[in-house]
Amino acid sequence: MKYETVIGLEVHVELATDSKIFCSCSAGSYGTEPNMHVCPACCGMPGMLPVVNKRVIDFGMKAGMMLNCHINRTTTFDKKNYYYPDLPSAFQTTQWFAPIAVKGLVEIKTSTGKKGIRIKQIHMEEDAGKLVHDIREDTTHIDFNRTSVPLIEIVSEPDLSSAEEVEAYLDRLKTLLRYARVAECEMAHGTMRCDVNLSVRPEGSNVLGVRSEMKNMNSIEAIKRAIDYETFRHIDAIENGTEELVQETRRWDDIKGMSFAMRTKETAGDYRYFPDPNVMPVVIDDKWYDGIKSSLPEFPEVRFERYTTELGLSEYDARRLTESIALCECFEAACKVTGNPKDCVNWITSEVMSILGVRGITYDQLKLDGNALGELIKLVSDSKVSRVNGRKILDAMFDDGTVSPAEYAASEGLIISTDTDLIDKVVAEVVAADPKSVADYKGGKEKALMALFGKCMRQLKGNCDPQVLRKALIAKINE
Amino acid sequence: MKLYISENPAAKSADISRRIAADDMILTSSLPTTAGSRMLKGYMSLFGAEVLTRLDNAGFTLAGKANVGEFAVDLLGETSYFGAVETDGKLSNAAAELLKAGEVSAVITLDVNGYPRRAAAQNGLISLKPTYGTVSRFGVIPAACSGDTVSIMANDTAAVSEIFAVIAGHDDKDGTSHPEAVCETAKTAAVPIKRIALPVNLTEGTNEDVKGKLAAFTASAEAAGIEVVKVESDIIAVSNIAWNILMSAEVCNNVSRYDGVKYGYRAENFSGIDELYTNSRTEAFGELIKSVIIFGSETLSADKYNKQYDKALRIRRLIVEAFAELFSEYDAVLLPACSALSYGEEIRADKYAVYTENRFTAPASITGLPAVVCGSVQLIGRAFSDGSLLAAAAKITESEGK
Ligand SMILES: [Zn+2]
Repeated sequence: MKYETVIGLEVHVELATDSKIFCSCSAGSYGTEPNMHVCPACCGMPGMLPVVNKRVIDFGMKAGMMLNCHINRTTTFDKKNYYYPDLPSAFQTTQWFAPIAVKGLVEIKTSTGKKGIRIKQIHMEEDAGKLVHDIREDTTHIDFNRTSVPLIEIVSEPDLSSAEEVEAYLDRLKTLLRYARVAECEMAHGTMRCDVNLSVRPEGSNVLGVRSEMKNMNSIEAIKRAIDYETFRHIDAIENGTEELVQETRRWDDIKGMSFAMRTKETAGDYRYFPDPNVMPVVIDDKWYDGIKSSLPEFPEVRFERYTTELGLSEYDARRLTESIALCECFEAACKVTGNPKDCVNWITSEVMSILGVRGITYDQLKLDGNALGELIKLVSDSKVSRVNGRKILDAMFDDGTVSPAEYAASEGLIISTDTDLIDKVVAEVVAADPKSVADYKGGKEKALMALFGKCMRQLKGNCDPQVLRKALIAKINE
Repeated sequence: MKLYISENPAAKSADISRRIAADDMILTSSLPTTAGSRMLKGYMSLFGAEVLTRLDNAGFTLAGKANVGEFAVDLLGETSYFGAVETDGKLSNAAAELLKAGEVSAVITLDVNGYPRRAAAQNGLISLKPTYGTVSRFGVIPAACSGDTVSIMANDTAAVSEIFAVIAGHDDKDGTSHPEAVCETAKTAAVPIKRIALPVNLTEGTNEDVKGKLAAFTASAEAAGIEVVKVESDIIAVSNIAWNILMSAEVCNNVSRYDGVKYGYRAENFSGIDELYTNSRTEAFGELIKSVIIFGSETLSADKYNKQYDKALRIRRLIVEAFAELFSEYDAVLLPACSALSYGEEIRADKYAVYTENRFTAPASITGLPAVVCGSVQLIGRAFSDGSLLAAAAKITESEGK
């Protein structure tokens, strides 16, 4: 018999707000010293009351809109009760009864074509802290930096049927949420985590099989391996009766390449949800809703289409730019200044990306002012600054966001010289000082000209139009 | 007999009219705050309550933290880890005793399950439980958040009014706080109280002393030109059944944070995290709180939620509507605050008596309506009629004296 895999995902995404969901502590917990971003509220001390960070609602709404969801205009917060040392108040504030967004749709593309994945709901909640086990001392330390950092949980319908689709879906979520600048979605940083619900059934059947859930998966490769393993385990159980399938939570051990039972439905905790009396229902009026709606970015494929048709970029270049909204915005601003999209994409995919690589900055973190980049590109294309010096200026712009390319070029002496007397003087000196190269060139060695050209350019500090210099040099040699 | 759990010796020199106490549910950063529980013995908060900041700014001095029953859910304070307060062999209350002894001019209390109103009624004092949301709960140990109200107990209405004028007002740090203008309205006696409803079915089970106080209050009210009309209300009479569900669930949730991990009591002997939780909580919590935890936990469980918790929320709405209907004809509702003016052996022997005795205080707790105890009875008014209730109480108390 042939089987199909049925997969639903619960994806946790950390929202990129400056502060936590109910207090003013910094929400940027990744990579900081333990317990630096904490206060009595997010440490669960008695007497502090939750005050909802409005930006979290903004971001939740944006995420919902990007995933084509219906936004609940009255959204409420609820308490989920459980004991764990990383949860200081012993309850997590989440959305159980009226989540921010419901009924969405995300389109994915795979080798078999396009497919729509339905989103059941998106709810906002606070993250828990982290336990750090010290094996040498046999103790456990608690880091509360991450407690109350805002999260959204995106719950899909069981519409996915392969590891390839899951990867495409996660990629799509990442792209859309990054475009809306609401989240980083970096599994390696823990800003995107995933629970995989999986069952198998005979192909064509519309009855769902017994489901297992794998919690807290944090790498796409592990997810793919886990899906393949679980699919095999389920089919093996059905076909060969190797085990009785039960609805349960399993832990994926990526090193062993196997999943292990954690708890069954019967032994699962009862979270005793109830409405949080301290957080009033959040009512989203038309003004708020429309404001968020109009702030949404153009979707990546719409941009791609526009870049390739209207702006005449190659599909390759358009794809590279649309990887990140920061690149797109920088590109578009630069285009407005230069009126030359090809020149701009060329600068971004070569010079800008190279500097980002050297400095270890991600595309999304790019803060370069597109207008300034446009001015720089224009200086170079107008032959006022050489390409090599252009790159120097760009570096300076990365060092200091306030640098103006024209002013910098002038003050650092990087403007191309149009003084032909100076060029002729330098050429004469170089030619006189290197009779061997002159003879070599005359003897047919083209390379010798390059050596002379380089010497001249160095003396002129690069501030010379290469064409002008080349002509002057050949003329001098042939005198 | 321990009236104060902790004291501020410097307050001795302060003028009595400026000297106040707060019960030990109100957080202070200069003195420990225990919630009357072994769990929080010696707990020092990093911050103090908004109400105390306001009182401090207005020139009041905090003399100490009054003894209180564990998380303020009991009758009068008898479940305090620091000992019950007794006078002449009778159960009493720390806040009331401090006032009667002239130690302080007012006590800031947290009305979770009616203890300040019972204490005021049994000692002939005044207690105002303000409209929910007019006084900030910032810096108050949370118990049943949907009903917890910072309240004022004093010897006369003037002292209560003075304190209320200082502490009522909007606070950004409390998401349930009303806008400033609304809080200001609550301070004025805008709508004079002319007609009072007395739901007679709610007076059942009160002893002769209480019935006598109700009759005396009625007579004084009528002498002051205020009509008192007997009515019946079935739904208001079940307030405490719904309140016990909501209160237990919320208290259970709020005390879950006391797990022995971060602060507070930790058991000496345990192995593993589960035993750390269990042993610490078993050793540090008293009987009544344990019953609240079990009851609250059960009522929120997946199979009971719809039958109990959700139903209690619906009943809460029906009670609010029932009051609204009464307020379309009457300006206030007269109720007893307790079944007896002192609790005998019978009620004291029942560890869980508060679950039924709170039938007189639960109507105002579950609705968030303001309630004033005066003349040993309780007057409940419309939301934000706090000032009007106090004015009526003063007027009636005056005519009583004549
Ligand atoms: Zn915080």
